[in-house]
Formats: sequence, C-alpha cells, structure tokens
Amino acid sequence: MDSRNFRLEWSNLSLWRGDRCLQSNLSGSLASGQALTLRGPNGCGKTTLLRSLCGLSLPETGEIRWQGELLSRVRTDYYAHMAYSGHSNGLKSDLSTRENLSFAARLRKRERDHAELLLGLNLQDCADIPVRSLSAGQRRRASLAAVLASVAELWVLDEPYTNLDRAGCEWLGQRLNAHISNGGLLLLAAHQASLLDPGIETSVELSGIAA
Amino acid sequence: MTSAFLLIMRRELTVAFRRWADVALPLVFFSIVCTLFPLAVGQNAETLRNVGPGAIWVAALLATLLSLNTLFRDDFDDGSLEQLALSQQPLTVLLLAKTCSHWIVTELPLVVIAPVLGLGFGMTGNGIGALLLTLLIGTPALSLIGSVGAALTAGLRGASGLLALLLLPLTVPILIFGARAASLADEGIAIDGPLFMLGGLTMLALTLTPFATAAAVRVSLD
Repeated sequence: MDSRNFRLEWSNLSLWRGDRCLQSNLSGSLASGQALTLRGPNGCGKTTLLRSLCGLSLPETGEIRWQGELLSRVRTDYYAHMAYSGHSNGLKSDLSTRENLSFAARLRKRERDHAELLLGLNLQDCADIPVRSLSAGQRRRASLAAVLASVAELWVLDEPYTNLDRAGCEWLGQRLNAHISNGGLLLLAAHQASLLDPGIETSVELSGIAA
Repeated sequence: MTSAFLLIMRRELTVAFRRWADVALPLVFFSIVCTLFPLAVGQNAETLRNVGPGAIWVAALLATLLSLNTLFRDDFDDGSLEQLALSQQPLTVLLLAKTCSHWIVTELPLVVIAPVLGLGFGMTGNGIGALLLTLLIGTPALSLIGSVGAALTAGLRGASGLLALLLLPLTVPILIFGARAASLADEGIAIDGPLFMLGGLTMLALTLTPFATAAAVRVSLD
C-alpha cells in the first residue's frame, strides 16, 4: 500500500434526487486510517452522498476535494486509489466469480491475489460457476471480493453487510479493521451495529429531512 | 490503454458467446425481414432487383436497432457500467471497445449473410459485391451512432421506442449512400463517390461519437 497520506474532503454539498432536496450543507473529511459510517433512515441520501463522493453523481452545490484538488481535475488519480461497491454488484452474471474478479483486477492493473480472499469468503467451491447461479449472499461476497482484492486505499461500500450471514459480517468487519489499521480509508453506509473498532470510526447521522 | 481496450473486447465476446441466443436474434430478424420483401413485393424480377439493396440496408438498420437496446442496458442494471466509469482507464476507450464488440457480434454476421439474401433478390454479382462492401464500410457507423443513443437511454425503462426515434433520423445519410451505392453497382455504374462518402461518414462517427457516448453514460449514471 502507498504510504502517502490521503485525504478526501467535501464541503457545502447539497444533494438532490429529481426535484427533491435530500440533504444540504454537508461537510466532512476523511483521512488515512479513518472510517466514516453514514447512518440514517431510508431515503435520506446515504447512497446519493456516496455516489457523489465517488464522482458518479454531480452534487447540486458544493465541492469535493481529493488531496486538496477538485475531484473533477484529478479523476484519474482518484480512481486509481478508490474502489466502490454499490447496491448493484458489478458482476457479469454469465461469467464465473473467478472470471469477474480477474477482469476487475486487470482493469485496475495492480491487484492482490484473490485465491486467499475466495477462501475467506467461502467462495472457493463456487468460484467457477456463473454468477447467475449464486445466491444473493454469495453474489454480495463476490462483489466485495472485487473491492477487498484491490490495492485501492479508499474503499467506498454501500451497505456491505446486506445479505451476508453472521460469519460473513464478522469476517468483513475484521477485514475492514485491518484495512484501516494499514492506513486505508473507509467510507460506508450501513444500518446495522458497527463491527469496526471503536476509536477509528466516525458516524454521521443523516437526518431524514423532508423536501 | 490498448490492453484495457482488448480486455473489454475479450470480456464482451466471452459474454456474447455464452448468450448466443441473444446474439442470434438480430441475425434471424434480418434474414426474416429480407425474405418477407420478395413475398410482399411480388415475383417480378425487375422490381425485386430494384428494391433489393434498399430493402437489405433497411433490414440491417432495423436489426441493429433491435440489438442496441441491450448494448449498455445489461451493464447498467448489473452495475458493471458504473465500475467502468470508476476505472482509472479512459471511459471513452472502454466504451469504444464495447461498441467494437457490438459490431463484431451483431453487424459482422449481417454483413456475411447479406450476399445470400442479395441472391434472393436476384442481384448481379457486381451488385452483391458492392452491397457487401457498403455494409462493411457503413455498419460500423451504425454501431457508433447507435452507441450514443444506447448510452443516453441506458437508465430509462421501456426506452426502445425512444431509441428508435432518436437514432433513425441520424442514420439517414448512411442509409442513402449505402443503399444507393449498392443499387448503382447493380446497374453497372461506378460507385467510388458514394463509397468515399460512406467511408467519410464512418470516420466522422469514429472520431466524434466515442466522446459523446462516454458523456452520455456519465449522464445516465448520475
């Protein structure tokens, strides 16, 4: 992992979905070795905030900076250090888990070996069958594997615990803690109780304000 | 950049190979439409020969339209499109690779089978050769222009009608030069002019549309 210190900052963001204002005046920052968990009721804009911070959605107002530079200027550098797993798992259903992971690895150029990950995620037995025949939980595991295998410093996970069994959640919690203690950055939206070590995690409660 | 291009092509072709039924659909559609024409127009050899190139070109256009719906829709639905957009590789190149695979998987079979269908219209050897050539030069432009429309409508439900309305007017020049060149050659007239024009249109599409497609995908993902 890059030993540099990384920093993501955002200020005065306002998020709109259609003609509804979800959140306004959001500011915050995240640096190496920190985790930020977004919490709040359904529809309060957690996913929209994550997608904005990824550069997928444009916030209505406000700015996002990576290493002090505007996100739109340093997109390529930002994406070299960022991995995202959203609601849709990003896997081709006709390809096997192994094929999907190796595609993701090559697209990113630098990637860890994913054999150990498949083992940890209990996917080794179904790594060669098409993703379409996996269960929802297994698909979620495969999708997380693509992020966990990346050497990206910033992990952006949208409700990563969805569909995971208890053992899977605990395993993921350990991996996330290890990532943070290695100096990684973690941005996540979650509903369930935190599995991260206290002290490294900041929670932000987004209110469900009406339009 | 080249490796990313080839990587996407390889994945697209693997997926297409595993879903060959989807891939065969436009080809079957194309063949059926071309077979329907002689049935509807009648047995008069002269009339058939005259409508042949135009009918085959229109059928190729409609078959392309049929396949464009799924060009980005599947990737949009399963989240692969946002993963491509979040890659450090230029999105323009990645999407151009997808469009190229679309041409190989959808258009190339049409080009290959077109001479057989041309025979059904009683076209001469000269005309069939020109038909093959115009399709080979013109269909990449159809894929490229189509990719812009497909990218714009990727996130919309039931957008196939909209896609047709968006794209058909834009493909008119290609259709005119393609079909006209083939029918001129059938009558034994030199077709350098329309061929150059067709090649020019394809080059224009190749240089402009990839940027528009990438921008449209970002809009669709927003």
